[in-house]
Amino acid sequence: MHIPDKISKWIRAKNWTLHEHQIRMFKSSECSSQLLIAPTGSGKTLAGFLPTIADLYLNPSQKLHTLYISPLKALASDIKRNLETPIKELELKISVEDRTGDTKQSIKKKQRVIPPNILLTTPESLALLMSYPEAPSIFSSLKRIIVDEIHAITESKRGDQLFLAISNIRKYCLDAKIIGLSATVNDPSIIAGWLAPANDCDIILSDPGLIPEISILKTSEPPPWAGAGGLYSIPEIITEIETHKTTLIFHNTRAQAEIFFHNLWLANSKNLPIAIHHGSLDKEQRNQVETAMVRGELRAVVCTGSLDLGIDWGSVDLVIQIGAPRQVKRLIQRIGRANHSHSGASKALIVPANRLEVLECFMALDAIYENKLDSEVQTQIPLDVICQHLLLVACAGPFLPVDVFNEIITLAKYKNLSREDFDQCLDFCISGGYALKKYNQWHRLIQTSDGSVKLRDPRIANRLRMNAGTIQDSDTLKVRYKSKRGKSNGSTIGEVEEAFAVSLTPGDTFLIGGKIVKFESLREMVVEVSPRPEKKPKIAVFSGTKFSTSTLLCDRILRTLEEKRWDNLPEYLCRWLEHQASFSKLPESNSVLIETFPRNELNYTCVYGFSGRNAQQTLGLLLTKRMEELALNPVGFVANDYTTLVWGLTKVVEPKKLLQGENILRGLDLWLSNNAVMKRTFRSVATVAGLIERNLPGIKKSGRQATFSSDILYDTLLKYDPNHLLLKATKIEAMQGLVDFGRIENMLEKTKNHITHVDLKRPSPFSAPLLLEAGRIPIHGSAIELMLDSEINSLISDARLEY
Amino acid sequence: MNSYDFYLSGEKLSALSSGGLYWSDKKILCVSDLHFGKTHRLNRTGAGALPPYENIDTLKRLQADICATNPSCVICLGDSFDDRIAEQSFNNAETHLLKILQKDRDWIWISGNHDPYPSLQFGESISSFSKSSITFRHIALKGEIGEISGHYHPKISINLSNAQITRACFIADQKRLIMPAYGTYTGGLSVRSDEIKVLFENDATVMLTGNKIRTIPYSSCF
Repeated sequence: MHIPDKISKWIRAKNWTLHEHQIRMFKSSECSSQLLIAPTGSGKTLAGFLPTIADLYLNPSQKLHTLYISPLKALASDIKRNLETPIKELELKISVEDRTGDTKQSIKKKQRVIPPNILLTTPESLALLMSYPEAPSIFSSLKRIIVDEIHAITESKRGDQLFLAISNIRKYCLDAKIIGLSATVNDPSIIAGWLAPANDCDIILSDPGLIPEISILKTSEPPPWAGAGGLYSIPEIITEIETHKTTLIFHNTRAQAEIFFHNLWLANSKNLPIAIHHGSLDKEQRNQVETAMVRGELRAVVCTGSLDLGIDWGSVDLVIQIGAPRQVKRLIQRIGRANHSHSGASKALIVPANRLEVLECFMALDAIYENKLDSEVQTQIPLDVICQHLLLVACAGPFLPVDVFNEIITLAKYKNLSREDFDQCLDFCISGGYALKKYNQWHRLIQTSDGSVKLRDPRIANRLRMNAGTIQDSDTLKVRYKSKRGKSNGSTIGEVEEAFAVSLTPGDTFLIGGKIVKFESLREMVVEVSPRPEKKPKIAVFSGTKFSTSTLLCDRILRTLEEKRWDNLPEYLCRWLEHQASFSKLPESNSVLIETFPRNELNYTCVYGFSGRNAQQTLGLLLTKRMEELALNPVGFVANDYTTLVWGLTKVVEPKKLLQGENILRGLDLWLSNNAVMKRTFRSVATVAGLIERNLPGIKKSGRQATFSSDILYDTLLKYDPNHLLLKATKIEAMQGLVDFGRIENMLEKTKNHITHVDLKRPSPFSAPLLLEAGRIPIHGSAIELMLDSEINSLISDARLEY
Repeated sequence: MNSYDFYLSGEKLSALSSGGLYWSDKKILCVSDLHFGKTHRLNRTGAGALPPYENIDTLKRLQADICATNPSCVICLGDSFDDRIAEQSFNNAETHLLKILQKDRDWIWISGNHDPYPSLQFGESISSFSKSSITFRHIALKGEIGEISGHYHPKISINLSNAQITRACFIADQKRLIMPAYGTYTGGLSVRSDEIKVLFENDATVMLTGNKIRTIPYSSCF
């Protein structure tokens, strides 16, 4: 196939030259599946759409031709703008529409009857579109399916949702080609497996481009011992902003972004135009920042992952990453944001947030120069997403379970899905899947005598659609200014998590959108606030996603410590490392270092596992469980990406016992099942599977007595139905994601019988910063009851009552 | 069982850590807002398929309180049944257990906003019941003295240094007592909410349910 003359002329007229990978994508566009691996800003989208435009130019059609799926709504509308230029200038009759959560109902309805030639959508919206009875007529003409930023989509359950939907619509368009567009990843064959189960995907690798110029920001003040905000670097960052056109400053969490922005603003004596952008801000406010960015009116934007993916924001010439990047590939994608549309090298600076992170930042730099990427793959099948899929399939019309099962197992990841697990999911969708069978007449789905499954009541289809989606936000409340008349119809500033909102008492102040506001009242699920610029804020707790440091980076850090290769490191860091080596020992890769020391009448045990934050937290649970068994009276623990620090009333004389023994993992289930992590995971799983509803119009207004927490459901299931599907799905997810069990097992396996114990009189240079770390976890059980007692005593004494 | 004794209109009452109330002089056990059949109602409306275990769990906890106190009379303070056809949600084992609990003692169903109609197989309901100087009814009436009611499902959240604990609670002053909801699938309304605030004087006491009863002055909740 050749590029039609009219199109190549137009490209020449624009003074463009097609990249090698764009030409190759075009040439092999007859392949049933293609995967393009190319860095940010290398014209991936054009490579994906060129064959579509050529085909529609040669064979005009009134039907759906190409389906484009991106992880971000904003990306879909960005692409729409970009496609409009060639279509207009080439005078093509090609209709392009987007369909996302923001699209009006009336337009969505029209699209189901008259779909455009090119439909731009998200995984969630595609799953919904699939659930309409019109699905066969919409998709029967489909020629191409383009999945953009596929590396990001397949990292989470959204990938499962998307490809389950694709497996379902495939039967209407057996010949449709599928194209994946991906940023640089470690192992393209994993993504190719999603696209082409038969292993015949044409993988096209682009020229990786110039090596980015990355360095670690030099500051007059060394990083602090603990903390995460990078505030110490503000003077130098201001200088960088002044000497660049537009700077993006990435943070790992929203709370850190807020605090940093607040302080940056206070230090901004020259009044440079700077703004903040993150996922908790109101859409309107985000739009304003985005528009100002495109117009080049901003000198800097403080942001989080909400700006991670490839939207074109104009003339960014510097990217600053605050805090250790945790994953090399994420750092590369962020850096790619600088010089997006130019061919020059990107420029980036990394700012370690504390001293522990300095080493990690240096390791990440080395990894980039050696072109090493981390790969942590989701391999577990999320049963909750299958449940949601089955419910949506049922919304489209009756189906035979065996057909859907056969569709699903065409996906590489699902080829080992057992029929038993599938049937359990189906049973959950039909009856709830409870051991105690009750009220058959109210099942959501019914199975007819010919074996097909359908909705009991077609009217519940809308309700099921409203609950679809796999991104699990913790419940958030809108934050609004209270207007003068006392009604909360003031403007919306953003959102905070419910748990944070209920912890506020009138008069409390917190940061949101870079402003300090005062909490006034909580009214009908809206947090009403007033501006309060002068007070010191109580800090907003946005949980955000906390990534764990990847295995690649952890291993590199360990190796560097072992080989004492630190000539390139700053002097303050070398001194710290040497101090640790002489005072205690340096951690090694084939042995676990454990330090014990007393402090303030408590006995501390510090375990250097280097397994990432989630795994180190799980290790904390494991250690405290063993301590309880050995009567060592654990009181609490705290973990960071490298270390777990536990403390108790009794001195741990033989720390080997904590990590060794045949039965170390036995009984962990029970210990974990009462843990807050499991309950939080259950909430997400139960929502995805459709057990708990969200987004129902009016439901939030019906008053709090009517609702009850998912914790109660979890406890009840555990008590009466411990083998229930959702408990199984919760365990699978918690073990892999939040709990990161695999890494703990690897660590224990690798270091079997290799434990180095150092007994100290006081904290070592490495363990001391942990004493300052936030996020201490108390051991539930008697500890929490004791804390409740003391809190109540202080409440009473505060009230100065004789009681 | 853990309990806390206090006086209302001169009568000594015991708040049980389970959420029940025992009046030992009259051998009366009182529980409120059982909401039997809540999943039955929610599942019927297409809300989903919630685990159908709230009836058996509520009954088993009630059984434990009855065994511990051996009352001659049990008062269910309204909203015992989540809706008109909630009784259909009972399976044989649950019906059997409730009938055993009812045997050989008086059983008073007070009607509530969810169950203003009589029960089909577990006995008649009445709108209120008085004994000595105490009146039992579902929704508190302003100006009443010596009244025990339910309806609001009071709960309280307490912030610890890194956890928030929420517990169902009793709240009482010299004039009235509001009971926590006893049913397993019942949420709660914060004691700080306006609806509850208007009913109580400043000297009221909040009694938290849980593994043991803890009390705090209502005034310290704000």
